[in-house]
Amino acid sequence: MATIISIDPRVSRMNLDAEQSAPLEPKPELDQFQTFEVFHQAKTGAHHTHVGCVHAPNHELALLLAKEQYGRRGQTTNLWVVNTRDVFTMSAEDADIFATTPEKKYRDVGAYMVRNKVEAFKKQSQEGTTE
Amino acid sequence: MNTAALADLCYRMADDELVLAHRHSEWTGLGPILEEDIAFSSIAQDKLGHAQALYAIMHELCGEPEPDTAAFMRNAEHMRCSHFVELPIGEYDFSLVRHFLFDVAEYVRWTALSQSSVEPLAKLARKIHGELKYHLYHAQTWMVQLGAKGNEESHARMQSALREAWPYALGMFEPGNHEQALIDEGICIGEAATQERWLAMVAELLAPSTLDVPSTADAQFGGRKGYHTDHLQPMLDEMTEVYRLDPSAEW
Repeated sequence: MATIISIDPRVSRMNLDAEQSAPLEPKPELDQFQTFEVFHQAKTGAHHTHVGCVHAPNHELALLLAKEQYGRRGQTTNLWVVNTRDVFTMSAEDADIFATTPEKKYRDVGAYMVRNKVEAFKKQSQEGTTE
Repeated sequence: MNTAALADLCYRMADDELVLAHRHSEWTGLGPILEEDIAFSSIAQDKLGHAQALYAIMHELCGEPEPDTAAFMRNAEHMRCSHFVELPIGEYDFSLVRHFLFDVAEYVRWTALSQSSVEPLAKLARKIHGELKYHLYHAQTWMVQLGAKGNEESHARMQSALREAWPYALGMFEPGNHEQALIDEGICIGEAATQERWLAMVAELLAPSTLDVPSTADAQFGGRKGYHTDHLQPMLDEMTEVYRLDPSAEW
């Protein structure tokens, strides 16, 4: 039987059959573990921000694995994990609820031209004191 | 300061960290699930970092060769690692059990070293404390998961791996050649005291896993004196293959 010879010695040592007899069956989604959503906090007091998910059998393992997936670069002070099933969400079909939101500029802070009024007031009051 | 005694201690600790780091890294890309593969590889990198820091201390304080030379230019008979870390990775159950038993010892050892009379060692101990804590947390969580929260097969496999690993784990506490000097000078607490604390901590952390602590007292000694299993030299050959092509290369 011919075995697979790889430049990775670990693979060669496995003595894998070079000729695949039967095609590999793809595994069904989530066939072993559920997923947990991970929230990352960079500084004490900062918001926990959603950063992705991990596969795990329970909360303990999820937190353990989240530490290396999402906490090994940069600054971290804390992590949360939440079972994906516990996330209550809107349906993608309801996205039209938000369709006209971008038009409602009056709801944006930037839509108010306050600065001009403040400058005018400052100028006016300065003139008032010099007189 | 007794530099011969300090170098002996550092070689034992650093060689353990280096060899186990390499063994752990053999799982990279082949781990049981993606997340665990990444976590285990990351732990391996930490261990490599500990080894490097120890070789650097030896280089500075004891006049030993530079870290890369110390790590990559010695053959088995000059290594001071325990047989425990030399063993092949086996199945994941064995690798996890070894990770657990080694990391409890590592935690105990470094916690005591934070009081060492050798300030650079004490400083390093305080610096890596958080890493060691995570390694221990990782190891114990898996022991409990597969021992108490898994199924009959996972429990049986972990118990059998524990029994297989035990005499080798005890071999970690084989004393070096300067044991009394190390204790007298307050450099470390010595192997007997380390083993005692290790045993108590293993029992405590394993309790929720429902796995039994093996009772055999036979220990696999020899590594600290340069006598090794047949597994070490082929591993060193593979680990140092690229470095030895051109030891003067700049990376």
